[in-house]
Amino acid sequence: MLSEGAKREIGALRARYPVAQSALLPALLRVQEELGWVPPEAMAEVGRLLDLPVEVVAEVASFYSLIFTEPVGRHVVQVCTNVSCLLSGAEAVRERVERELGVRAGQTTPDRRVTLLAVECLAACDQAPCMLVDERRYGPLTPEAAARLVRELD
Amino acid sequence: MPEPVLLRHVREPDQADIHGYERRGGYTGLRRALRELSPEQVTDLVDRAQLRGRGGAGFPTGRKWKFVPKDAPVKYLVVNADEGEPGTFKDRTLLEGDPHLLVEGIALAAYANGVRTAYVYMRREFYQARRQLEKAIAQAYERGYLGQGILGTDFSLDVYVHPGAGAYIAGEETALLESLEGKRAMPRLKPPYFPAVMGLYNKPTVLNNVETLCCVPWIIREGPEWWLEQGPPQLYSVSGHVNSPQVVEAPLGTTARELIERAGGMRGGRRVKAFYPGGTSSRPLPARHLDVPLRHEELAKLGSMLGSAAVIVMDETTDMVKVIARVCEFYREESCGKCTPCREGTVWVTQILDRILHGRGRPEDLDLLASLARNMTGTCFCPLGESVPPSLRAGLEDFRDEFEAYIRAAREPVQMPVRLHLGAPAPGG
Repeated sequence: MLSEGAKREIGALRARYPVAQSALLPALLRVQEELGWVPPEAMAEVGRLLDLPVEVVAEVASFYSLIFTEPVGRHVVQVCTNVSCLLSGAEAVRERVERELGVRAGQTTPDRRVTLLAVECLAACDQAPCMLVDERRYGPLTPEAAARLVRELD
Repeated sequence: MPEPVLLRHVREPDQADIHGYERRGGYTGLRRALRELSPEQVTDLVDRAQLRGRGGAGFPTGRKWKFVPKDAPVKYLVVNADEGEPGTFKDRTLLEGDPHLLVEGIALAAYANGVRTAYVYMRREFYQARRQLEKAIAQAYERGYLGQGILGTDFSLDVYVHPGAGAYIAGEETALLESLEGKRAMPRLKPPYFPAVMGLYNKPTVLNNVETLCCVPWIIREGPEWWLEQGPPQLYSVSGHVNSPQVVEAPLGTTARELIERAGGMRGGRRVKAFYPGGTSSRPLPARHLDVPLRHEELAKLGSMLGSAAVIVMDETTDMVKVIARVCEFYREESCGKCTPCREGTVWVTQILDRILHGRGRPEDLDLLASLARNMTGTCFCPLGESVPPSLRAGLEDFRDEFEAYIRAAREPVQMPVRLHLGAPAPGG
């Protein structure tokens, strides 16, 4: 299920640590870069690569909010809802983005274009209210600017 | 106002490049240490600079380093770049703008502690910071500041960036170590074993915050006396209802009033109602404390703390019930679930606050919140659950009228008596 390149990279990650299990989170993130999420078959494969029982892989994967154990959209939008953003209008941003996408936070658009997440502090309160669109951070946002950003995603 | 130190070059466009960093005096601290100073002398300079950890706990850095056993064959340095305390963004600012400052700090800390392997645990959302730091690390290897036989000495060091994956609790130092070992980020019990003695892979481990390590090159370059004369420099993340939220570098002990001024004053010229002095884990203070020096000792006297020095400013229009409810929800979401008072307490507290906000509050709810705050204090492995009571106490003591107004306005007062027993079913929302 994983490409040869991903397997090689996971092998290289393993060499960074004296204990193979340390490479688990980076390996799961590498899988996610390739597949968008971490399906059960990929957990088994990571387990084989790192000599870990699949239960251990699943136990760890399910703990972290940014390891997706269910399919997500082509883009992941993370709207900050913590205090500094809240004080600067994050609720309006979130509501506007929800309306634009027609889904609530925590859901994926039916066409699998965007997964919307309401998240905790992104450590960018100088840009409040802010959000991450995949790997890029935007802020300070008006509700309209946020809606435009998600509208333009392909 | 002294010239900034930690932020001095952070806006220079080429500072993240090794040539820019070197041109502005970068790596002279490391050169000096490797040429002139023993590891013990480096630790001693840090100690004399009275540097205290900038992650939240404020523990003296030099003392922390002295706990590390000298003769241990394998030791690790772990950098906490998991900046997640709400309102805090100074580590990200340093990482994005001046990543070599951290690399030099890592090399100095590793030299002082006899460490050969360092891991930087960085939260996943720091994509830009990670790119900057990885580039800086690669350049430092090329120039011989990292790797084998650094600057022709027998000191060697490897540095790796390790990604987190979305868990605030991983910022707690023992949870971070668990996560770095590839496990769920659940805190370890301490005492008896602190990371300095038994940390990563049960080996002695130096754990420092990004900003803490960024102070070290300056201390070694210019000396502890100079460092103290500069304030000592402290980064305050100022956000909320100010005109220009930003990281403000100011002498340790600057007041919130001055910091608000530095951040462009209050939006719309409105008045301050309250402010968190050290992230949402600290007790928020009402405006009458605007002139208190934001320093460990003074804030402790007020039942608050400097924490990560994240100053979140709220103006007179702020609904404190709503803010406090949001803060408590945050801890509920981020509780790892290991300790019962935190796992259950955060759920109870948020249910009660939610019903107060939605017009279903009961007069006895305020006593119930006070009781929960007591039961969540000192009963858990780590400080996460204990981060809820400071906000609750402030709410019940300094902003009680706002809570009472919600309860008075409750549309359908519920007469059912509620008494808290541990183990009783959670109060219905």
